[in-house]
Amino acid sequence: MTIELLIGAIKAIVIVLLVLGLTTLMLWFERKGAALIQDRIGANRADILGIGKRFGLPNFGIINTVLADPIKMFTKEDFVPDGADRFLHGLAPFLALFPVLVTFAVAPMGDILRVGSHTIDLQPANLNVAALYVLATIGIGVYGIALGGWASNNRWALLGGIRASAQMISYEIAMSLAIVAVVVCYGTLDLQAMCRSQGGVWFGFLPKWGILLQPVSFLILLVAGMAESKRVPFDLPEGESELVAGYFTEYSGGKQAVFMMTDFAEVLLVSVLIVTFFFGGWQVPWLARDGFHFPGGAHLGLPNLVVALLQFIAFWVKVVLFCLFQILIRWTLPRFRYDQLMRLGWKGLVPLGLINLVVTAFVVVVAGGK
Amino acid sequence: MPVGIFAFLAVLAVITGLGVILQRNPVHCVLALALVLTDLGVIFMGLGAVTVGFLQIIVYVGAIMVLFLFVIWLLNIQVDPGAGGHLGLKLLGAVAAAAMAGEFAEVIEHTPKISQIATVPADFGSVAELARYLFTDYLVAFEVTSVLLLAAVVGAIALARRVSPSLVLVAPVAARGATSPPEPDVPVARRESA
Repeated sequence: MTIELLIGAIKAIVIVLLVLGLTTLMLWFERKGAALIQDRIGANRADILGIGKRFGLPNFGIINTVLADPIKMFTKEDFVPDGADRFLHGLAPFLALFPVLVTFAVAPMGDILRVGSHTIDLQPANLNVAALYVLATIGIGVYGIALGGWASNNRWALLGGIRASAQMISYEIAMSLAIVAVVVCYGTLDLQAMCRSQGGVWFGFLPKWGILLQPVSFLILLVAGMAESKRVPFDLPEGESELVAGYFTEYSGGKQAVFMMTDFAEVLLVSVLIVTFFFGGWQVPWLARDGFHFPGGAHLGLPNLVVALLQFIAFWVKVVLFCLFQILIRWTLPRFRYDQLMRLGWKGLVPLGLINLVVTAFVVVVAGGK
Repeated sequence: MPVGIFAFLAVLAVITGLGVILQRNPVHCVLALALVLTDLGVIFMGLGAVTVGFLQIIVYVGAIMVLFLFVIWLLNIQVDPGAGGHLGLKLLGAVAAAAMAGEFAEVIEHTPKISQIATVPADFGSVAELARYLFTDYLVAFEVTSVLLLAAVVGAIALARRVSPSLVLVAPVAARGATSPPEPDVPVARRESA
């Protein structure tokens, strides 16, 4: 009993540290990626005691992003505008960040790890209705944004908050339809079971990843997920010329940093969901529990620890790749107009999701003979 | 569910429920209501109806309460200055509340004790079990409800889309691009007299 609790605690700490660390790293990816795309150098200033310079290392701006900026942000004055709802103004950023962070509790990071007599499931919380849990937490995420806009006592912030929540609710529907189609396809709501059923191969060499079963759902989830994280091309809640900075106009310092972190955590969350549903989660091609089974019959046996480590690394590598992909999209596409955004959501993705769901259900019933 | 946790959740539900009716600011009331509904969802989960619990949170907290917030903001409902109104109205409210409380007491009095209720089946509250009931025993009710909701949606759109007689939707200008500046892609509302 005690040891089980300890294992649970360790899993929880690992996932929180990983998510917070990756979120910070994403900010760096974003800055350097943007610089690369726009043919600039990007962050390259801060250094500690000139150590990097002394050893002739190039400055990649990691200290700027990971250390200097957060310290600057959190030591700034925390300004609350006159007439604002002080309690909700303070609560809103955390109400936005918290649901995103707790969603990672069902991120399947690996299959199983055997330590002595214990078999550890490498999913922080094994819920058998994990897909519903994901939808519920994403749904709650709207409140932080909406209340942040309202509590600021600022017209622009309120309009930004309304825009953001309307956008999030609209795209949540498309997102739910995509997830439901995936659930119908795998026949389970358990993310870990979904990953397990993506093991094995088709035709002797092709990994059984969900992208081949549900390509339409993948597209819907990718687009809806990007809209959910409110970044370009879906960054309508912000707009310098019309809404200043939208719902976080009246936020400064640490609270603004928390809002920014929420956006990056959402990008990470979308990547985790896409990888879990469509790219095998922790599956490494041809890697089973006892080692590699290459197409052609070659077999390479591996101990459980190595297999678990490979799966763990594979999962996070895939996630980071999708984060980079989203950053690439952000710096490539121009933004939508608000009516285009709503049209894409309601007239494009929702009907597409419905058709996809009906076709999926039909195929599953016909093929499964249920 | 352990009794201690249930007691905590139940007390929380009552406190947040009081928050809904006692607070002056409508936004705070909606937030308290969202807390009540979340709390009820957690109680559902604790009692084994996990699916219903999550659906409660997705539908009510994630969607309906946000729409409530929208309505409050768009109608610009201000802080309630306090209950005015007639004494008779208050008296009527008190009588109704007393009748309600009496009914509740009666219902609780006749509720069988937990120990008398048969034990729940192993897969109680699972998605599969819920779906089986929805699509077999309660199929007609389920479908009728969905038709009712569809009718409500159509009705709401019909009411909201009332176009005023002086405004007529005209298609974008046909000859686009060559001589005139690029037109926006949406139908433009123009006054007939113009």
